[in-house]
Amino acid sequence: MEKRYTKDRLRRSMMFVPGNNPGMITDSRIYGADSIMFDLEDSVAYTEKDTARFLVHNALKTLDFGKKEIVVRINDLSSGLGVQDLEAIIPAGVHVVRLPKTDSAQDVIDCEREIARIEEKHGIPVGATGMMAAIETANGVLNAREIAHASDRLIGIALGAEDYVTDLKTTRADGIELLFARSMILNAARSAGIAALDTVYSDVNNTEGFLEEVNLIRKLGFDGKSVINPRQIGILHHAVVPSEKDLKKAYAVMEAIAEANARGSGVASLNGKMIDRPVVTRAQRLIALFEADNVTEEEEE
Amino acid sequence: MDEKLLNQIPHIDEIAHRGVYNGVGPKHTDTFLERYSRENKVLPSLEDAIRATGLKDGMTISFHHHFRGGDHVVNQVVDKLAEMGFKNLTLAASSLAAVHAPLIDHIKNGVITHIETSGLRGELAEQVSRGLMDCPIVFRSHGGRAAAIRSGELHIDVAFLGAPSCDPYGNANGYSREEGGTIACGSMGYARTDAEYADKVVILTNRLVGYPNAPWAIPEDNVDYIVYMEDIGDPKGIMSGATRYTKNPKELLIAQTAANVIDAAGYFYDGFSMQMGSGGASLATARFLRDMMLERKIRCRFALGGITGQIAAMHEEGLIDRILDVQSFDLDAARSLKLNRFHHQISATYYASFLSAAAVDQLDFVILSALEIDTDFNVNVLTGSDGVIRGAIGGHPDTAAGASLSVVVAPLTRGRIPCVIDKVNTIVTPGSVVDVVVTDQGVAVNPRRPEVAKKLRKAGIHVYTIQELKDKAEALVGKPDPIRYKDRVVGVVMYRNNTIIDVIRQIDED
Amino acid sequence: MQLKKTAVAGTMESGDIMITIEPKDAGGVDLDLSSNVMQQYGRQIEAVIRETLSGLGIENAAVQAVDKGALDCTVRARVSAAAFRAAESSDYQWEVRK
Repeated sequence: MEKRYTKDRLRRSMMFVPGNNPGMITDSRIYGADSIMFDLEDSVAYTEKDTARFLVHNALKTLDFGKKEIVVRINDLSSGLGVQDLEAIIPAGVHVVRLPKTDSAQDVIDCEREIARIEEKHGIPVGATGMMAAIETANGVLNAREIAHASDRLIGIALGAEDYVTDLKTTRADGIELLFARSMILNAARSAGIAALDTVYSDVNNTEGFLEEVNLIRKLGFDGKSVINPRQIGILHHAVVPSEKDLKKAYAVMEAIAEANARGSGVASLNGKMIDRPVVTRAQRLIALFEADNVTEEEEE
Repeated sequence: MDEKLLNQIPHIDEIAHRGVYNGVGPKHTDTFLERYSRENKVLPSLEDAIRATGLKDGMTISFHHHFRGGDHVVNQVVDKLAEMGFKNLTLAASSLAAVHAPLIDHIKNGVITHIETSGLRGELAEQVSRGLMDCPIVFRSHGGRAAAIRSGELHIDVAFLGAPSCDPYGNANGYSREEGGTIACGSMGYARTDAEYADKVVILTNRLVGYPNAPWAIPEDNVDYIVYMEDIGDPKGIMSGATRYTKNPKELLIAQTAANVIDAAGYFYDGFSMQMGSGGASLATARFLRDMMLERKIRCRFALGGITGQIAAMHEEGLIDRILDVQSFDLDAARSLKLNRFHHQISATYYASFLSAAAVDQLDFVILSALEIDTDFNVNVLTGSDGVIRGAIGGHPDTAAGASLSVVVAPLTRGRIPCVIDKVNTIVTPGSVVDVVVTDQGVAVNPRRPEVAKKLRKAGIHVYTIQELKDKAEALVGKPDPIRYKDRVVGVVMYRNNTIIDVIRQIDED
Repeated sequence: MQLKKTAVAGTMESGDIMITIEPKDAGGVDLDLSSNVMQQYGRQIEAVIRETLSGLGIENAAVQAVDKGALDCTVRARVSAAAFRAAESSDYQWEVRK
């Protein structure tokens, strides 16, 4: 397991794992999710918060999760449980703390202060732990930009749709109800240069509906999505694999760049057209996605 | 013809004959209907049938296991034998299930002193593992049993075969094309071999149908006596309505990998042949293969072995040309056997006997489950991690040996128990016929098949050594303490050619 | 750590272990362990339970453990949680991963 978090990495899938279920915690690493998120919040009964903390703490310290990113969703700080969660998981070596119900930049700042205090107490380099903020209310959505810029530790912001639609006085439907929130979160994330992560799709038996949602968020520009069932991971990853045609073009772009560099020229062209910077960036992203899909099998875990 | 004329026939000593024709008795003139209600093989009771067979102490009786956990034949027959005072019998069943626990009393009473079977479960298995029987149980594969019956190594004096339909002359089947009937087991493949070779055959049926009960699994010329019995089995225990596809993500992961392995190894082509088990991962593999068949427009020439509704459905949608069914696993499979003319019932001999050109030898690949796999690729499907018998050999070694690619699927660990270990507790299928091991945490290829490993790597599938898989398991769950056994042997395990491959010892709980 | 009452942690689900700790004045740790993997792992589970208790400074206790194939890290987590509950303490001493 890596000692500290990585700001930029592939986050196509973030798999929720209930924090008080030993069997699921043990198995979580085999399904190929880019990130695993142990949950101390909604999936853990109020009376079992202490046992779940012990379980996640010991699992993080003992089990080998290979190169996977390990996220823990804590309870919000105002509940009085969040700080206790942080006390348990920061020393255990969590990569990223997911803060739920983030309404304002201040929520992020408050959480960061606690994290820094705990890091310092344990002699962990301050700043070793990353954060992500889940936005689950109308207020949070409207403050998305400030939230995204609130801390250098933030690797991304995420939409938590179940609470959000309730706040909006609507329900989950075809996606139109989330359009504004998704757009806000995506633009806020991009403005801060961090990841935009989509909410869960809870009907695990509806593969078609899941795929539709994956295609929608992909078109919008999201980096990835939370999943609640391992069966969704393969479908999700498969859907974001670039097409052979796009991939060929991406490799051609990179070759042209390499060739230009070899010539000592700053200007590269492909088929008579100059290659702009955004074209290179897109090509790099495509290749990264493709290679990620191909190395998962090779990855030692 | 004049008797003297015989002398005029050259080479008469070399022509087999039964003397000279001297006329026939009176021909019958009554109607078929009158005749067959008067003269037939049906006896009034089980006791009458047992007497008629001439069964004696020390002889061997046989049963089939097509009624699985719903079987009521074995217990009723052995109860009756005990009541009639028989002793020292050998019980040779194609397999036994948890429902056969009442045999324990008959073993203690000396009615049954030896057992041959493919598998054993439940209380009987527990007690056998704790030293119930003086003579070790002999475990054979389905193919090995068929071969032993044919060669006489397993001589059956009387076979008691339950049948969901039978006519008064003995044409018996696991279903009937007639309307009605309360139970069905589909194929009776294992019973066919017993019927063919046993000295005497008694059919126990809850449903007498009109002659001829066509199609039949067992023809009348194999049958001596028929007994009508109200209750030969519980339909709920015989089969479930449909074997469902698993939703267990770990099994799905294993299945997807297994399908990828078969494809990458080059055994997934237009016209391939396959066998799938009824385990969750095995069934799910069939599902993934189905999707790949539709996508690439290729077909399977035949599916073999124990058949599930999933295989039957693929047959009905035109993806599988022929089904060779030795045992129907669910009602959907049984229904397909009844309705589809290219869904064909085969015997244990035809399926897997090493003494014949068996169908298993025509397999491209087979997906097999395992309780334990060791670093020599040996597989155990018979004894649990505590050393107690709780499984069946089935066709495991037969199909592993016959198929060009045998793929063993198992989770790397079950709870805390590692499935890939240093030494299996019981060798059922030797590593020399196991080609690929697929777990949820990686694939290993037998070093005998370097070309398969190469093809897998080329397709982007990471190939671990079996040692690496064992180490991964151990890193997770720790190294298990060995199971403690006593010296006493309680089970003898035969390989499919009926050589002894391993023994099972009494567990030591002291 | 001073035990004040009987407390339970863990579940009977596969992969988990249910630990019941009862205070005791003297006589060391009485352990009543049952496990579905007793033969292969009983010894190791017992060692982890005793080691965790002594790490928490608990010398006397009656412990009942019903194991359903838990890994060592789960055993440790459940014993710790039960102990803190029995001591009615939330003064957790979280240690850093090495």
